[in-house]
Amino acid sequence: MNSEQGIALEYELKGGDFEIAGEASSKIKRVLQQIGVRSDVIRRIAISSYEAEMNVIIHAWSGVLKARVFPDRTEIIVEDQGPGIADIDLAMQEGYSTAPDHIREMGFGAGMGLPNMVRCSDEFAINSVAGQGTRINIVIRHS
Amino acid sequence: MTVNDIVKSLPLTVVAGGDGLGAEVTGGYVSDLLSNVMGHAAAGNIWVTMQGHQNIVAVASLAGLAAVIVAGGAVPERETVAKAESEGIVLLTTALPSFAVVGLLYQSGVKGQ
Repeated sequence: MNSEQGIALEYELKGGDFEIAGEASSKIKRVLQQIGVRSDVIRRIAISSYEAEMNVIIHAWSGVLKARVFPDRTEIIVEDQGPGIADIDLAMQEGYSTAPDHIREMGFGAGMGLPNMVRCSDEFAINSVAGQGTRINIVIRHS
Repeated sequence: MTVNDIVKSLPLTVVAGGDGLGAEVTGGYVSDLLSNVMGHAAAGNIWVTMQGHQNIVAVASLAGLAAVIVAGGAVPERETVAKAESEGIVLLTTALPSFAVVGLLYQSGVKGQ
């Protein structure tokens, strides 16, 4: 692994596709296991990646999940085309959700996705434009 | 305590992931909200839920859980069973309601943490 090039992974996401939901995060997890990243660090990466992935499946029309794995850190970048988030401060509050009822019945939309990402990450940034989409950047250090 | 120890002492049926029965159980968690499990269950926990759809497998796998108990007589979907098998996640079912299963887990020494 070239020190600043890292390993680049990229997965297309489709809104509403619950059948393959979570597969991109599972693939990222397997790569991290193969290169021997510590298991508690992998768990934090997997959880934040999954929450970001599910937000696209639940709320957006389409998106892309990218992971950049460097020797000292993993970066997760998720960009979607979707409705965006009208009030980010509100969305960051635990328990606040705009997910529709049929999705809540599956156990999604508990309003904990963004708080979970923040808790698991060392750096977290979110940008959203209403009516266009959302971009999330997460950095998790390996030590 | 392993998943197998629990399976032997409680009324649970193994429906998938039998290869993982030797996994050590660190504690338990009960919730039907997936992100709540992601945020609060610890690695190696056994998870009690009434959700039977296939997304529970991804949650269990990514959160590093030891096993999933689908309680209350809920029937896991066929896709859930297939996915649990391929991902190596121990999937258990019981006719007991979640509250009763958690009570029995506690009695056998599995604590919430």
